[in-house]
Amino acid sequence: MRVPVMNRASIDAMTDETAVAGRSLWADARIRFFRNKAAVAGLIVLACVTIFALFGQFLTPWSNEEVDWGMLGQVAEVGGPSLENKHYFGVDELGRDLYARTVQGTRISLMVGIVGALISVIVGTIWGATAGYIGGRVDNIMMRIVDVMMAIPYMFVLILLLVVFGRSILMLFIGIGLISWLDMARIARGQTLSIKNKEFIEAAIAIGVSTPTIIRRHIVPNLLGVVIVYSTLLVPSMIIFESFISFLGLGVQEPSTSWGALISDGASQMRYGVPWQLGFPLFFFIITLFAFFFVGDGLRDALDPKDR
Amino acid sequence: MTPFIIRRLAIAIPTLLILIIFSFLLMEAAPGSPFSTERGVPPQVLANLEARYGLDQPLWKRMGIYVWNIVTQFDFGPSFVFKDRTVNEVIAQGFPITVTYGVWSFVVAVAIGGTLGIMAAVYHNTWLDYLAVGISVGAQVLPNFVMAPILVIVFTLWLGWLPGGGWQGGQWQYIIMPVIALSTSFMASIARLTRSSMLEVLNSNYIRTARAKGLPMRRVIFLHALKPALLPVISYLGPAFVGMITGSVVIDVFFSTGGIGQFFVNSALSRDYSMIMGITILTGALTIFFNLVVDILYAWIDPKIRY
Repeated sequence: MRVPVMNRASIDAMTDETAVAGRSLWADARIRFFRNKAAVAGLIVLACVTIFALFGQFLTPWSNEEVDWGMLGQVAEVGGPSLENKHYFGVDELGRDLYARTVQGTRISLMVGIVGALISVIVGTIWGATAGYIGGRVDNIMMRIVDVMMAIPYMFVLILLLVVFGRSILMLFIGIGLISWLDMARIARGQTLSIKNKEFIEAAIAIGVSTPTIIRRHIVPNLLGVVIVYSTLLVPSMIIFESFISFLGLGVQEPSTSWGALISDGASQMRYGVPWQLGFPLFFFIITLFAFFFVGDGLRDALDPKDR
Repeated sequence: MTPFIIRRLAIAIPTLLILIIFSFLLMEAAPGSPFSTERGVPPQVLANLEARYGLDQPLWKRMGIYVWNIVTQFDFGPSFVFKDRTVNEVIAQGFPITVTYGVWSFVVAVAIGGTLGIMAAVYHNTWLDYLAVGISVGAQVLPNFVMAPILVIVFTLWLGWLPGGGWQGGQWQYIIMPVIALSTSFMASIARLTRSSMLEVLNSNYIRTARAKGLPMRRVIFLHALKPALLPVISYLGPAFVGMITGSVVIDVFFSTGGIGQFFVNSALSRDYSMIMGITILTGALTIFFNLVVDILYAWIDPKIRY
C-alpha cells in the first residue's frame, strides 16, 4: 500500500509531538515542586542566604575580628546598626562588626549543615543499601551497629570528644559525621528492602551482574528520591546541632563564629539594651531553617507523592 | 514477649558497656594528666595524688575497677576538680533538679502536642487545623537555645513577670520558663506526628464503619481512633526523651538552674574528666533504659509487631 507523502509528514509531526509531550519522572517532580509556592519561596531565601554568606564580606570594610576602638565602652549608645560608620548590623560587645561576623557565622553554619548532610548521604545510603540488599547475617550485624550507635547519647559523647581532642571545626565535622548517617542508613535499608525483589533486580541477577554493581547501578539510583528529601531535612538539624554546641561555648573558636555562638553572645548581652546583637543572627538562623523545612516538604511532595 | 525483652536486653547491656569502655579509653587518650599544672608538682606529691586516684595501676586494671565500681556500687569515683566531692555527690545534687523540669517538659510536650495534633486532625482543614499546623511549623525552628533567650526577653525584661534564672528549691515561677523552652520543639514534632497519623486513621475503613453505625463522634475518636493513632507517637517518645536530656544542658546553663547540665558544661570547660565521664555514662544508661522501655511498650501495644 502506498502511503501519501502528505500523510507521512503529518505522522512525523504527530510522533514528534508525542515525543515532546512525554515527561520523565524528574520533570514531573520538578513541575510539582515549582507549583508549591512555599517551597519556591524557601529556595529563593536559601539562594539569598548563600549569596550573603559567599559575597557578603565584599560590602563592608570591616572584618570579623577587627575591633572598632571608637565603639568600646559605649556599644549600647553608638554601636547600633548604622549606615554612616558602615556597621550595617551594629557591633558586638567587643566592638567587632556584627555584619562581618554574621557573614562569617553564616558561612560556618551552612558549611556544617551541608557537610553533615553530605556525609550522611554518602555513608548512610551505601551502608543501608548494602545491608538491605545482602540481607541475612550481614544485615543483622550492620543494623545492630547502627542500633548501638543510636542508643548512645551522641551530644555528650561529642562534647567528650571536643574536650579530649581540643575544640576545632575538624573535630566538629568528625563528630557530626559519626552520627548523622545513622537515620539515613535505616531509611535507605527500608527502601532497599522494598525494591530488591522487583523484576529489574531479578533481571540484573539473571544476566550475571555482580552484587556491588547491582547496588551501585540499580539500588542506589532508586533510593535517590527518598535520600534527597531526607537530606534536605537533615541540613537544618545539623545546623541546630552545631549551634547547640557553639551556644554552650564548646564549638567554633574565636575569632571564628557561627550562628549558635552569635545567638549565645547576643543572648548574654541583651539586658544591656543591645537587641541587634541577638536579632540579626537569630533572623538569619530562623529564616534559613524555615526555608530548609519548606524546601524539604516541597521535595517530599514532589518526589514521593504516596507519602502525603 | 519474654524472648523479645531478653533480646532487647542483649543489645542494651553491651551498648552500655561499650559506652563505658569507650569513654574510659577516650579519657586515657587525652593529652596531659589531670594534675599537670604550670608550676609542676613535686614527684612525691604526684605519686601520692596518683595513688589517691588509682592512676598508678596499669590501664586494664583501672578500667576493670572503674567498670566494676559503676556496675556494682554505682560509684563514679572522685571528681578531679572539686577536690572534696565525688562525682556521685555532684550528680545527687544536680540530678533531681534536671529530673523535675525534665518530667514537666515531657508531660507538657506530650499533653499539648498530642491535643493539638488530635484537634487538627479532627477539625481537618478548618482554622483550628491551620492554627495547629502553624504553631507546630513555627515551633520547629525554635530549638531550646533560641526559645530560652526569647522567653527571657519577653517575660523577664519586658513584662517583668518571671525571674530570669535560678532555681530556689523549685518554686513554680522558676520552673515555667525552663519547661516552655525545653518542650516547645518536641511539642511541635509530637503535634505533627499525631496529626498525620490521626488523619490516616480517621480515613480508614473501620472508622467509616463506626460512624456509619451512628456512633457519636466522641466515642469514635476516643475509643476507636486514638489508640492506633498514638502508636507512631510512642515510638517518638524515645528520641524525644534523649533530646530533652541533651536540651537540659542548655536550660541549665542559660537559666542557671543548677541541674547536671550545668556541671557537665563546667566540667567540660575545666577538663574534669571523671565528672564528664560520670555524667555521660549516667545519661547514656538513662537513654538506653528509656529506649528499652519504649520498645517494649510499643511491642506490647502494637499487635502488628512481631517479636
